[in-house]
Amino acid sequence: MAQVTLRKVVKKYDEVLAVRGIDLDITDKEFIVLVGPSGCGKSTTLRMIAGLEEISGGDIAIGGHVVNDVPPKDRDIAMVFQNYALYPHMNVYENMSFGLKLKKTPKDVIDQRVRQAAQILDITELLDRKPKQLSGGQRQRVAMGRAIVRDPKVFLFDEPLSNLDAKLRVQMRTEIKKVHQKVRTTTVYVTHDQVEAMTLADRVVVMNGGIIEQVGSPNDLYHSPATKFVAGFIGSPAMNFITCQLEQAAGALRVRLNDALSFPVPADRTARYTPHVGKPNLMLGLRPEHIMETRPHTEPNQHDFDMLIDVVEPMGMETLVYFTVNGREVCGRVNPNAGAEPARPMKLRADLSNMHLIDDGTGKVL
Amino acid sequence: MADASIASGAPSRPKYGSMSRDRAWALRWSYFFLVLFAIFFLMPPIYMLITSLKTSAEISAAANPWWISNPTLQNYIDLLSQNQFLVFFRNSAIVSICVVILTMMISVIAAFALARMKFWGSATLATGVFLTYLIPETLLFIPLFKMFAWVNETFGIQLMNHWWTMIILYPTLTVPFATWIMIGYFASIPKELDEAALIDGATWMQTLTKIFIPVALPGIIAATIFTFTVAWAQFLYPLAFTTSTSELVLPVGIITTLIKGDVFNWGQIMTGALLGAAPPLIIYAFLMDYYIAGLTAGATKG
Repeated sequence: MAQVTLRKVVKKYDEVLAVRGIDLDITDKEFIVLVGPSGCGKSTTLRMIAGLEEISGGDIAIGGHVVNDVPPKDRDIAMVFQNYALYPHMNVYENMSFGLKLKKTPKDVIDQRVRQAAQILDITELLDRKPKQLSGGQRQRVAMGRAIVRDPKVFLFDEPLSNLDAKLRVQMRTEIKKVHQKVRTTTVYVTHDQVEAMTLADRVVVMNGGIIEQVGSPNDLYHSPATKFVAGFIGSPAMNFITCQLEQAAGALRVRLNDALSFPVPADRTARYTPHVGKPNLMLGLRPEHIMETRPHTEPNQHDFDMLIDVVEPMGMETLVYFTVNGREVCGRVNPNAGAEPARPMKLRADLSNMHLIDDGTGKVL
Repeated sequence: MADASIASGAPSRPKYGSMSRDRAWALRWSYFFLVLFAIFFLMPPIYMLITSLKTSAEISAAANPWWISNPTLQNYIDLLSQNQFLVFFRNSAIVSICVVILTMMISVIAAFALARMKFWGSATLATGVFLTYLIPETLLFIPLFKMFAWVNETFGIQLMNHWWTMIILYPTLTVPFATWIMIGYFASIPKELDEAALIDGATWMQTLTKIFIPVALPGIIAATIFTFTVAWAQFLYPLAFTTSTSELVLPVGIITTLIKGDVFNWGQIMTGALLGAAPPLIIYAFLMDYYIAGLTAGATKG
């Protein structure tokens, strides 16, 4: 059991900076998910923690010891790969025990640990099979078993579910969470899927372009994103961004989207937003669930407006409506019975109490 | 189905037959050409077999060359009772086995290093290995003569006219090609497999012996077959570098001892060639199953 610390870690491939000096503190037994689009440096970061990539600058410490020059086998880590990387010529038992055998662990200890891990993962009856006789989900379990057996300080997962079909992915996601609850080991998990990140993580690390955009609990990231990137990356459908201006009229602060549409800023945000009055490149960020059908009772900060609906997507428990503001597509979530129809005007309601004001120049949420 | 066709009143004809008809024609054509090529390529060995069962008198007689009037095993008896033929056979066997062992040891380790340990110049070196294979041996044996003379002058070791010299010579032909095959095979093994082994605590050597060699077994067997065939059938180097009867290997031995001046002992030549072709055939037959088996299936995503 150990904490992992990254200090100003840099990775350079020839002239390309893949990771640009990141700092991260992962506490003992924590489940951390690194998430971001492809090429953001998340896998490189994980591989540097594993020791599979040399670091070009900075320090990585596991359990308080700097491991920059320690080979992977001496870092006391276990890794689960995207394509499982099971040894094809060994059966499941041999696959799981390979690492322990190399460490010259006594046979009875190996046997006990393998059977215990197999029990946790419910693969006891597969121990004699070869990898090619297993389904994708079973292979993934074996790959996890191989990691658990070694009882490492840190688990590293490199997009372990992306080879599975959608249904199995959801199932294995729950499985991984269960395993982490049983075997509480510090875990670093890389994925490009924000839903996986949100559901699994104690804390999510959002990366983009080789830097960390924000670190926080799933709820923090969702409700208080620090940057436009995080705001747009976390949540599905993504947050709406609409160009706007901040204006002071008759002592009240308003976000003006265009000549026809403007909303008063919630009172608790007035002080925060006042310095930005008249600034160019401002954007209003509003999640789809904060644009709904109109209702009889009005809560504070809710404002009705009329809009021509472009597209209607019924999802069952809700209906997504799409309309255009300032040339941008905007998505709202309405009640399936609200009578949304394409090419028809509809009375919608915006809940500004969860609005975000973004400086599009710096990408920061104000 | 039956009811439906009765109801429609027309005789039912399956409409889905065109695919299988196409397939049937494709099969017929492929069988036609396969048989054609099989006949073409089997003709020489069959001719060898027929000739080896004839007496010298019958071979030289102006009769149908494909027909044996008086079959005899005399050629086999004569050849196998000659001590020198057994010496050629033994020389060839020892040389080929040693060359296979030497080649595989060098090329498996070399290919692993070139395919996996990214070091400065490894890619250039890999191409270089292949380029050396492209140099024909006919260009090499004269410089080799020079080298042998130099070795003899400098160290007093005579490399000329010894069958065991072939053990050092043949790898110059077999190592580059075997290495090239193995680089290709090792490169097809997913990178994650050695990374997993690395994390599991395996050294490079353990990764090679416990992961790469078992997984790449079909490739290793392919390279072994190739190396054995080249070593067994090599003609130019032994012809150039060995002269004494006791030092000859099989291909050269048959030619030099059974052709005396302009007298060709065809019956025994064919017998010798046929017996000489047997070992590679037997090895092919045994190893083909391994060769075809795809061992990497299931290593990664199915």
